[in-house]
Amino acid sequence: MSGTKKSPWIIHYDGSSCNGCDIEVLAALTPLYDAERFGVINTGNPKHADIFVVTGAINEQNKNVVKQIYDQMLEPKIVVACGACACGGGVYRECYNVSGGVDQVIPVDAYVSGCAIKPESLFDAIVAGVEILEQKRQALKKSNKAKPNISTKDKA
Amino acid sequence: MSKRTIIPFGPQHPVLPEPVHLDLVLEDELVVDAIPRIGFVHRGLEKLVEKRDYTQFVYITERICGICSFGHSYGYSECIEQLMQIEVPPRAQYLRVIFHELSRIHSHLLWLGLMADAFGYEALFMHCWRLRETVLDIFERITGGRVIFSACNVGGFKREVSNNQLAGIVTELEKLQQEYKTISKAFLEDSSVKNRMVGIGYISKKDATMHSMVGPFARASGLAIDERLDKVGAYGELSSFVPVTSEDGDCYARCAVRIEEVNQSIAIIKELSGKIPDGEIMNKPKGKIDKGALAMTTLEQPRGQAFYYAKGNGTKFLERMRVRTPTSQNLSGLVAALQGCEFADVPVIILTIDPCISCTER
Ligand code: SF4
Repeated sequence: MSGTKKSPWIIHYDGSSCNGCDIEVLAALTPLYDAERFGVINTGNPKHADIFVVTGAINEQNKNVVKQIYDQMLEPKIVVACGACACGGGVYRECYNVSGGVDQVIPVDAYVSGCAIKPESLFDAIVAGVEILEQKRQALKKSNKAKPNISTKDKA
Repeated sequence: MSKRTIIPFGPQHPVLPEPVHLDLVLEDELVVDAIPRIGFVHRGLEKLVEKRDYTQFVYITERICGICSFGHSYGYSECIEQLMQIEVPPRAQYLRVIFHELSRIHSHLLWLGLMADAFGYEALFMHCWRLRETVLDIFERITGGRVIFSACNVGGFKREVSNNQLAGIVTELEKLQQEYKTISKAFLEDSSVKNRMVGIGYISKKDATMHSMVGPFARASGLAIDERLDKVGAYGELSSFVPVTSEDGDCYARCAVRIEEVNQSIAIIKELSGKIPDGEIMNKPKGKIDKGALAMTTLEQPRGQAFYYAKGNGTKFLERMRVRTPTSQNLSGLVAALQGCEFADVPVIILTIDPCISCTER
């Protein structure tokens, strides 16, 4: 078992959301739910993070920001789309300034349903996500066996 | 004169839960000007009135903002009720105010937590959010939702809350208040906390009027404005209501005002749940909205006055619906508060207006 599995670090980005899911993601980190007991730590730095938690829908303004954060994260990495908005636009689907869910710009590994989400369901997603993370890590290890696992450039 | 530098602040910044951008013009370490830029979370909610009829639209107004979610559905419902001249049953009016004040408690506790985080007091942040869960538990038990719970609809209130349940809420709030005392002491008396807030970001009463500031931000500068004074709905049944104000106009005053408002909200809930009348809670609206009918209402949200406007067009759909939110009112006051402050104080000052960007941009 790898360290990532024991302690996945998350980075949270708020897209075009109503805040409902954001405060629930934050609430998951505070004493009642206390995600830290599973080793989950919130970081602001994409290079430190293993899990990218996105709340809110995608629009023209934040499309590139989401893509940039994702690109900066190092492999293996997974994306969790939180809430109906992030999964597919939610109640805002028909708004003129919303283009849809997160999966329009980056690949999503776990979808959390609900509007707003519940902290418990975020945990479920992270637990499921960690398994995917582990598989990705194993696959990466296999493919990297021949060459040394150092790169000077960011992997896009 | 020293050279001017412009430093971009946001849209991503650790103290900002939401994206907003400010260009800070600095002279050495002093901020001489701040130029806000918004538009990162604009969704275009108001235009959805063309696709959702007036009862369905309540669910959209709830999602204007996830923190004052109940308040927005309350304000919108009041506006439509005025438009269609619907009588709301008294019990529903009481329940609305009780839930609105509960939302205020959770919003202020959330803000206190973020504030503690902004000046680097993480343990206090955790404690505030732990206490806030008490209110969310109440919401979840009664309505099934924690932050967005669709309890208010045009014509009344959707969930019957028994008098026993109300008594339970009051007991829980009393318990919360005990612990809250310790927390407020940390905010008001701790010297390291005071150092970060006293005298910072000063706004005089005159400036507060000039910038049309609203909510706790204005009340901390000595303006006694509060929409609850209008006595709309069950607010009229309160034996007395005096807005919490302070004359100091600095970050400390804004914090103190919000801290006291939580106690005030608890007192309001206690009083109203003691004398809530029995009876119906829903008066279902029927029919269409007249063409050209207009209604405007205001409501005191946790962050200040929110204004609702609706216009009918003879169908079940509204012609236009508009919300003016407290944060958009307070942005110009924020710029004034930032002028002349030290660069390191910027995050604390921004937080003291309790910005809610998703409301502002809708
Ligand atoms: S899914 Fe619902 S609660 Fe979450 S951000 Fe979207 S509208 Fe808000």
